[in-house]
Amino acid sequence: MDFTYSNEQLALQETLQRFIGRDYGFDRRREHSRTALGFSADAWARYAELGLLALPFPEELGGLGGNAVDIMLVMELMGRGLLLEPFLSTIVMCGGLLRDAGSEPLRGKMLQRMGAGELKAALACYEAAGRYDLSHVACAAVRSGAGWRLSGEKTVVLDAPSADYFLVSARSSGHAGEPHGISVFLVAREAAGVSLFAYPTQSGGRAADVRLDGVAVDEAALIGAAGDGLALVERAVDRGIAALCAEAVGIMTALNEATLNHLKTRKQFGVPIGKFQALQHRMADMFIAAEQARSMAVNAAVYADSLDAAARRRAASGAKAYIGQAARLVGQQAVQMHGAMGVVDELIVSHYFKRLTMIDLSLGDVDFHLARFSDMLS
Amino acid sequence: MDLKYTAAEDAFRAEVRAFLETRLPADIRTRMSLGKRFVKDDMIRWQKILHAQGWGAVMWPQRFGGTGWNVIQQHIFEEERADIGAPPQNAFSLKMLAPVLMTFANAAQQDYFLPRILAAEDWWCQGYSEPGSGSDLASLRTSAHAQGDHYLVNGQKTWNTLGQYADWIFCLVRTSAEGRPQQGISFLLIDMKSPGITVKPITMLDGEHEINEIWFDNVKVPAHNLVGEENKGWTYAKFLLTHERTNNAGIGYCKRALKKLKEIAGRQLANGRPLIEDARFRDRIAQVELELMALEITNLRVLSATASESRALGPEVSVLKIKGSEIQQTLAELQMHALGPDALPYLRDALDADWIADPLFAQHYREYAPPLSGQYFNLRKTTIYAGSTEIQKNIISQLILGL
Repeated sequence: MDFTYSNEQLALQETLQRFIGRDYGFDRRREHSRTALGFSADAWARYAELGLLALPFPEELGGLGGNAVDIMLVMELMGRGLLLEPFLSTIVMCGGLLRDAGSEPLRGKMLQRMGAGELKAALACYEAAGRYDLSHVACAAVRSGAGWRLSGEKTVVLDAPSADYFLVSARSSGHAGEPHGISVFLVAREAAGVSLFAYPTQSGGRAADVRLDGVAVDEAALIGAAGDGLALVERAVDRGIAALCAEAVGIMTALNEATLNHLKTRKQFGVPIGKFQALQHRMADMFIAAEQARSMAVNAAVYADSLDAAARRRAASGAKAYIGQAARLVGQQAVQMHGAMGVVDELIVSHYFKRLTMIDLSLGDVDFHLARFSDMLS
Repeated sequence: MDLKYTAAEDAFRAEVRAFLETRLPADIRTRMSLGKRFVKDDMIRWQKILHAQGWGAVMWPQRFGGTGWNVIQQHIFEEERADIGAPPQNAFSLKMLAPVLMTFANAAQQDYFLPRILAAEDWWCQGYSEPGSGSDLASLRTSAHAQGDHYLVNGQKTWNTLGQYADWIFCLVRTSAEGRPQQGISFLLIDMKSPGITVKPITMLDGEHEINEIWFDNVKVPAHNLVGEENKGWTYAKFLLTHERTNNAGIGYCKRALKKLKEIAGRQLANGRPLIEDARFRDRIAQVELELMALEITNLRVLSATASESRALGPEVSVLKIKGSEIQQTLAELQMHALGPDALPYLRDALDADWIADPLFAQHYREYAPPLSGQYFNLRKTTIYAGSTEIQKNIISQLILGL
């Protein structure tokens, strides 16, 4: 057991922290969020230069061979800086899935370019009727000559508008809700029959509903074995969950710092409001919640690369369910204790709160993951 | 960053487990697992067995006869101890008083008292709270007047745990009325056999005798039983409380209680089906299991950080105390609620080791049931003792957050 970070990890953290401090302040973030792209192409290029985009990829493909704990460190800072770039979608979820299950030619073709910042991808794994259930796949994959044709609709695909490729879960056999019969395909954004309904998200990012109308892909677009795709998607999503948990911890820590600062400087009745015990104890609750959340995020990260699906799922769902609740407490109370300043757009506080809220609602909310964790109780 | 145990740590766990399996007396193990009434002799016997193995004090450094184990090893031992159902050791002596003696006492005191604690020759209890001094401990009034080679102690302590069995008591006493209340307190070791001491039982809400009032009427205490300096006792007292609170996280205890909760929920029936199949009840178990998962890691993070920075535990133990005590309470609450209507019978005698269920009803009788409601009532104390939750939040606000 070891709770320390390596020197490389600390250096990585410091580099990103410096970048955020110098080049990605709250005002810049606001500007990036309002552009058509919804994030900064320059920042994305900088991440590539810093090696962040190649972090989890194998060294023979130009990667750094990093693990989920490295990702955790990056995501925590992405939370603190409220970074908008599609790191989670492209690198953590799609990159991870391709790394794990892509054919050699596909890995060679995709990962290097992803790591260099030249390609972006989004994971299209949810459908309207399935809510957060990854096995509820109605989108059809039908054999057609030497390839496949895909038809269906994937909803709220994170970072879809800027993606060059989608990894799509589609059903090659069986019925929605069944674990078997799901296959994963790599689909180019430019392929005929792909259309998007794109929108900004509540937390400043971008997403889209993606429609596939008889989209033709060749056999090489199939990732892994036909019908066995659910395990791949689950693994990618579990890894995404661990990353989102780290992001939430970064936000909670920053939000607690902001709130504490407010309690020490805002005066009413002639004293800093932090002198009132009602507020002190609530702040203590927020501090405890963030510390406990951090422990759960560490646990999720440590298991995120595990091939033991049950252990990984337990850690991921446990963390997501716990952190969703902790984040609700911290987010809501941070707004409350900032008073009216907490409910305006001008301060970063409301933006942290909105991001925390949307993190809970992404990749399975508290209820979903509590149920998943609960059903696994021995 | 790696949460997996190393091969050496796994081997250590196996060694601890093997020792516990072979050396924990079967009668003690049975009494513990059935939640029978506390037996002092069990703890004494067990302490002597541990001492013979060289494991009498898992938290102590080797130079005082401890194991010298690191925090991970201590955690493993505590987890295995609780899991198998071995009695806890006397925390008042081993985990609270001993660190104070090692840090602040003179060599003669260390040489006399520490080995006796290890060998279970002395049973220690704590004399902190008074009727007028609970959370505001520094306002305590029990007085000690220096008279030549001894102090004369007068006053009353309360909420004293298991003092009815104690050979010695460590006491906070007032030796000066000058300055701030914290400045006139001293830390005194008092022989419970001293003339003038009266122990009066207090019955708790579960009907049991666990705590006492202790009265001091002109009790003569040799001056050499003063720890450290006169009027510096508040420093030692706070140091002790920090140690006490770490132990209050109770991770091992909670893990065993969680396991037991699942067993009970698996045996209790609702509509003819095991209760644990009821999603509503199972979700409540899941929630407390999540809290415990998080606390276990938080606990190790805190201990590892202090160990690697070579510093003493600080106010962060308040986080462990708050969460640990709440989790203990929730687990006890769920165990009781798992019983449903079977939580109502008050079978006081069933807590006796030799009690036998009425054979007419023996089929319905489940041996785990009788202690559970009492345990729930009893454990309401955990968020009150060792500094209430509200006091812990004051500590966090002031010492960690700087409010």
